Amino acid sequence: MDKLEQVKLVKERSGTDARKCMKCGKCSGRCPAYNEMDVKPHQFVSYIEKGDIDKLLNSKSLYTCLSCFACVERCPRGVAPANVIEAVRQEVIRVQGENKIQAEKVPEMIDETIPQQLLVSMFRKLNK
Amino acid sequence: MQRIGVFVCWCGSNIASTVDVKKVAEVLKAEPGVVISENYQYMCSENGQALIRNAIKEHSLTGIVVCSCSPRMHEATFRRTAESAGLNPYMVEIANIREQCSWIHKDMEEATEKAIILGRSAIAKLKLNAPLTSGESAVVKRALVIGGGIAGIQSALDIAEAGFEVDIVETSPTIGGNMAKLDKTFPTLDCAACILTPKMVDCAQNEKIDILTYSEVESVKGFVGNFKVQIRKKARFVDEKKCTGCGECMQKCPSKKGLNDFNMGLNTRPAIYIPFAQAIPNVAVIDPEQCLKLKNGKCGLCAMKCNVNAIDYTQKDEIIEREYGAIVVATGYKPISLENFNEYGYSQYKDVVTSLELERLMNAAGPSEGHLVRPSDHKEPKVITFIQCVGSRDTSGCGKPYCSKICCMYTAKHAMLIREKYPDTEVHVFYIDVRTPGKNYDEFFRRAVEQYGVDYVKGMVGKVYEENGKLMVQGADLINNEQVVIPSDLVVLAAAIEPSPTVRKIATMVTASIDTNNFLTEAHAKLRPVESPTAGIFLSGVCQGPKDIPETVSQASACAAKVIGLLAKDKLKCNASVAHSDETLCSGCSVCANVCPYGAITYVDKEFRLGGGKTELRRVASVNPAVCQGCGACTVTCPSGAMDLKGFTTGQIMAEVDAICKR
Amino acid sequence: MQEIKKDYKPLIVAFCCNWCSYAGADLAGSSRLSYPAEVKIIRVPCSCRVNPTFILKAFQRGADGVIICGCHPGDCHYTSGNYFARRRMSLLFSMLDYLGIERERTRVEWVSAAEGAKFSAVMNDFAKTVTELGENKRLEDLRCKN
Repeated sequence: MDKLEQVKLVKERSGTDARKCMKCGKCSGRCPAYNEMDVKPHQFVSYIEKGDIDKLLNSKSLYTCLSCFACVERCPRGVAPANVIEAVRQEVIRVQGENKIQAEKVPEMIDETIPQQLLVSMFRKLNK
Repeated sequence: MQRIGVFVCWCGSNIASTVDVKKVAEVLKAEPGVVISENYQYMCSENGQALIRNAIKEHSLTGIVVCSCSPRMHEATFRRTAESAGLNPYMVEIANIREQCSWIHKDMEEATEKAIILGRSAIAKLKLNAPLTSGESAVVKRALVIGGGIAGIQSALDIAEAGFEVDIVETSPTIGGNMAKLDKTFPTLDCAACILTPKMVDCAQNEKIDILTYSEVESVKGFVGNFKVQIRKKARFVDEKKCTGCGECMQKCPSKKGLNDFNMGLNTRPAIYIPFAQAIPNVAVIDPEQCLKLKNGKCGLCAMKCNVNAIDYTQKDEIIEREYGAIVVATGYKPISLENFNEYGYSQYKDVVTSLELERLMNAAGPSEGHLVRPSDHKEPKVITFIQCVGSRDTSGCGKPYCSKICCMYTAKHAMLIREKYPDTEVHVFYIDVRTPGKNYDEFFRRAVEQYGVDYVKGMVGKVYEENGKLMVQGADLINNEQVVIPSDLVVLAAAIEPSPTVRKIATMVTASIDTNNFLTEAHAKLRPVESPTAGIFLSGVCQGPKDIPETVSQASACAAKVIGLLAKDKLKCNASVAHSDETLCSGCSVCANVCPYGAITYVDKEFRLGGGKTELRRVASVNPAVCQGCGACTVTCPSGAMDLKGFTTGQIMAEVDAICKR
Repeated sequence: MQEIKKDYKPLIVAFCCNWCSYAGADLAGSSRLSYPAEVKIIRVPCSCRVNPTFILKAFQRGADGVIICGCHPGDCHYTSGNYFARRRMSLLFSMLDYLGIERERTRVEWVSAAEGAKFSAVMNDFAKTVTELGENKRLEDLRCKN
């Protein structure tokens, strides 16, 4: 796929306007998985605004992001870094074309210790 | 027969590039009644005006239409031009072919056609214009300043200096405002009290200034030059004239648990108190919510202790009515409430404070007498972390979308003062941008970094939490690309500032317009920054937008200059476009008086001749032209069509509609 | 709905109060925010100066849409004028509705002096709506045509 088109798609899917970012870094300041990330939350916003998608497609952060949405909650400008990460993630998974988790298997996984939120975000993260 | 002149302006290329001005002039010349139609590059220039003047004289014109920019821009100019050529200034109509035509349309043909229609409409209206003369009204030579902070104080002093009487109305028991709470001021580090209190004393000693503290504006009626204002002087339960401010009562008062507002609630005060040592007036006030005598009738210790019998538990609120020629709004600001910012733990941890609280903690007259200690255990903090932009530049709805302007500088000041006084204290500042435009401002900030070694971290704080008795400040360091956690003893939040909550009520009372952030709107962002669009209302200080002390003082003086200019006039020309009633049609029904926002309409019994020597006494409406502001509410409400508005008559507007709809 | 003539351009009369909306229109102009040339503005001191007969007259003379713009509620230069306007217009509009004039042909909007962008957006939107409705025939006095 054309790179420009991919950037456009990601922007569209994330539903967020990266231009509103004032580069304060509050998202990265709040992120609980910051140290596990190679590309930091604020960099996701910045790269997508600059149109540099390759760095994002290959980043480890896609899978270390917890989808806790703390960055979305805290952003003073209404930009949603987690949504950008989510959109890039979908882009990768859609290209790979396979589901990493089956819906039928979910009931088996449920036990009292797993928060339901985790299942939902895992489902969102690993399925197309 | 009317003789109308049409003058089409090119406005350089502003109009001429999209409107065929020559064609407009030519077509309008064919309109009935038009005897001359000219076009010129700049009608508002001296040459353009001369052209109009000559045409008026040469062709004995009875009225002119100028097709040019908005009437809000140059209507007054062309009226003066007409007047100087001997024409009544109200025989001028403007067709707005720039803002509402050439600037918004691209197609020449379309824009030209619209310009012609707008010209025709103006001609149609002009044909029904009548020469108007404006009345005059006297100016009350006294000004009201609402708010007794540094802005109000400066405006009042300057107005009084010019010889006019001024009243300052202040809601709290003393003047001084937020500035009185500050420790030092940037960029020179003067002590705030040292530069403010002499001004406060000047106010108190100036014969022309009357200070009404613990008072609120109740209502404002009237118009420029003649405002009638009701002021509620709240009961302070202490006779202001008798109280000497000795403070004996404060010592004896048994109810000592009131939060001290002046110290931002960091300590307590008795029920009878003087806000601070240099308060003006230096008179005690009783908090009725806290006073045992007022609450349940048992106590009265202060009255027993008072040597001058100043205590009066029976005092009631008093309404004072005064007249003013001009009103200065100087209602100031307050820091925003931080309840939406749980991530910084302000309501959770005692040692997370706002910058204004830090000012009190560092102030020699503050709760800790100038020793910087943390509120929780009164120990000296060793690591202090500042967080900037708390609630500023926030479009998420939690805070304010604007930059509060003063925080970068006062944070640098705090950091510097702390490092100066306690050199072994570590100081960190989390910032997004450091904004320091202003004389000697950036130099000041750089000194904090270079000379005092303050650690500036570019990035915002994500959360503050407690661990092992330390406040852990977690944020991003965007330069080093790492997340940092700073274990701190004290966290200082640079909270955004917002207009004082009273401003909305005041704005409604004086019909001044207000923006989405509750800042008062100026008449022109660049050219009339200290006037409200409502005549006679002036803006001083932060009520108009965030500003620091030097800027506030400049604006306050500018504001005073405008007030003095107004008060120096003996008479003001009234609006000539006023309502009047056709007495032959008026039935005296009183409907118009009910809708008039100014009370300009009264009723008189008049004798009318009926013929055959008989007369009839009828009640008819009569408009006071000095009071009428020309809104036209009465004209539409009048059931018999007797009311009309000069300059915007029903006939004139109908003629405009006609001209526009003629295809 | 009647068939829309090709390149049909509606005729729209806008009454703007001097203090807010007229200034808003000026701001739209100085910000070069365009709106259709079919919109012609009449300046009135306050929205409360707009007599319902002006609107009837406009329709009678062949206007396809009429819009009244005033200061935001609470911001009226004359304290309360826009409230009067709002009440009068709601009465008038229900009468127009009764006469068979589509409700969309009339509108009251609050535009402040700072809202140039809003003024332009409102006019574009209103012109679009009126264009879709097509020519107003209900109240039109045929003697006024041509």
